[in-house]
Amino acid sequence: MTEHAVAELPVANAPIPAAEPRVAVHSLDAYFGAQRVVRGATVDFNEGQVTAIIGPSGCGKSTLLRCLNRMHETVPTARVEGEVLLDGRDIYAREVNAIQVRRRIGMVFQRPTPFPTMSIRDNVVAGLRADGRKAPSRAEQDEIAVWALQRAALWDEVKDRLRDSALALSGGQQQRLCIARALATKPRVLLLDEPTASLDPLSTQKVEELVYELRGEVTIVMVTHNMQQAARVSDRTAFMLHGELVEVAPTSRLFTTPGDERTEAYITGRFG
Amino acid sequence: MYRFITTAFALSIPLLLVLLGIEVAVAAWPALSAFKLSFLTSSRWDAVEGVFGAAPAIYGTLVSSALALVIATPLAIGVAIFLSEFAPPWLRQPVAFLVDLLAAIPSVVYGLWGIFVLVPALREYVMPFLSDRLHLGNTPFFSGPAYGPSMLAAGLILAIMVLPYISSVTREVLMAVPRSQREAALALGATRWEMIWGAVLPYARSGIVGGILLGLGRALGETMAVTMVIGNRHEISSSLFAPGYTMASLIANEFSEATNDMHLSALMAVGAVLLLVTVIVNVIARLLVWRVERQGKA
Repeated sequence: MTEHAVAELPVANAPIPAAEPRVAVHSLDAYFGAQRVVRGATVDFNEGQVTAIIGPSGCGKSTLLRCLNRMHETVPTARVEGEVLLDGRDIYAREVNAIQVRRRIGMVFQRPTPFPTMSIRDNVVAGLRADGRKAPSRAEQDEIAVWALQRAALWDEVKDRLRDSALALSGGQQQRLCIARALATKPRVLLLDEPTASLDPLSTQKVEELVYELRGEVTIVMVTHNMQQAARVSDRTAFMLHGELVEVAPTSRLFTTPGDERTEAYITGRFG
Repeated sequence: MYRFITTAFALSIPLLLVLLGIEVAVAAWPALSAFKLSFLTSSRWDAVEGVFGAAPAIYGTLVSSALALVIATPLAIGVAIFLSEFAPPWLRQPVAFLVDLLAAIPSVVYGLWGIFVLVPALREYVMPFLSDRLHLGNTPFFSGPAYGPSMLAAGLILAIMVLPYISSVTREVLMAVPRSQREAALALGATRWEMIWGAVLPYARSGIVGGILLGLGRALGETMAVTMVIGNRHEISSSLFAPGYTMASLIANEFSEATNDMHLSALMAVGAVLLLVTVIVNVIARLLVWRVERQGKA
């Protein structure tokens, strides 16, 4: 593992200087029943940067991502060992409530998951009332909805039909709606689990542009099976294989001079 | 050839329904033409004088069914939420089985239980409690003497009978809500209850409405158990303590003793009204489900 040395190096294609880690993972193991799907992962996700996690199918990259906001444990028999520090505090500590963690860390899934019975506007503000919080006034909600939709680059396309059902949107729009919904609660960290896997090339491009624009404001961790995508949008890239975190490095370096021969084999297309 | 056979089978069912409707309408015609609108509005049902008005039975059918739904729906949805969301797997199967078993009990058994257990309990404890302890006796809905056999008893027994229908349909649709919807809510920081309330129930809405309507259809047509506990009196009373009548129990009670043609025709007319009410309720129900589904999709 070389990521501590790596963190000191200037990041080639990132305008934002590497800050201290917002999310730090220390020797994390994740299980489904007796099966260990993430093995001793240690990695830092830096403030304001986009970190991509790549690797072949079933390598545990989605599971690692789902450990970062304690979604992994919502599956029966799933459990986690190790530490995930969010701003220096272990989110798996006994006194920490999983729901509070998820409020501070947004997540977007592989397939768009708009709430079908809600309007576009109501979808965006759905998270504001979560965890028993009193919902802000209607005017405030409207304001937040506009802000989030603008951040998600969807505002121009939906501003005239905020009352329509979210299902009236195309797949790509739905995915950006889900990003807006995640942004509306103003999380500091955004987890993207193969966010473009179900989208057409044009929608994919829009989501990628959006991810690129959000860096600096939000710390983004994105799982992708698409190496070009990782190369296009991320500051740093982590490569996973068989549940093991093989290498974490600035993206440009990982794709040009990988430090591990397994990484090299994967990025040159010898398997996966 | 197969196409012809299956088409014939498919058409035979609507045809049967149409024939049934015609048959009932023809048999009901003498009574309907003799009493006209007063058949629907009059409360006088006098077989000796040959004057027939079915208003109390129509009223009783609608009120007892509505009462049953009001009682059963929250309970059934609660049971379904518990079974699909909270119950540990070892408890889920047996409890679901027992709830489903409620639907398999013959209605005459419910009626017997109603006569020997429910009605006395209502008369001795529930009715005095409601009217005296809760001081609801002054309201029109809980006034009058507590005989026991009553609209309340009918509503309660119907509620128990329709509960398994609503509950199992609701349980099925809740289980069918995709995991992605649940995860989307959880990832926003929703508690388990907020996830159920905000994401799972809305997603399952049209299916739940379908389950309630299935229960309503069952309640409207239920005959035996209701006849045994409702008191069978031709009178409209606002009080749930008062005995009443339903269309189905009216037909069941009087058919064997109907001696003259007009009496028989009047019972057929009640049957026709019951058929019509059921069709109307189902059409409204269908429209409601369509509307909900369209809202969900468009």
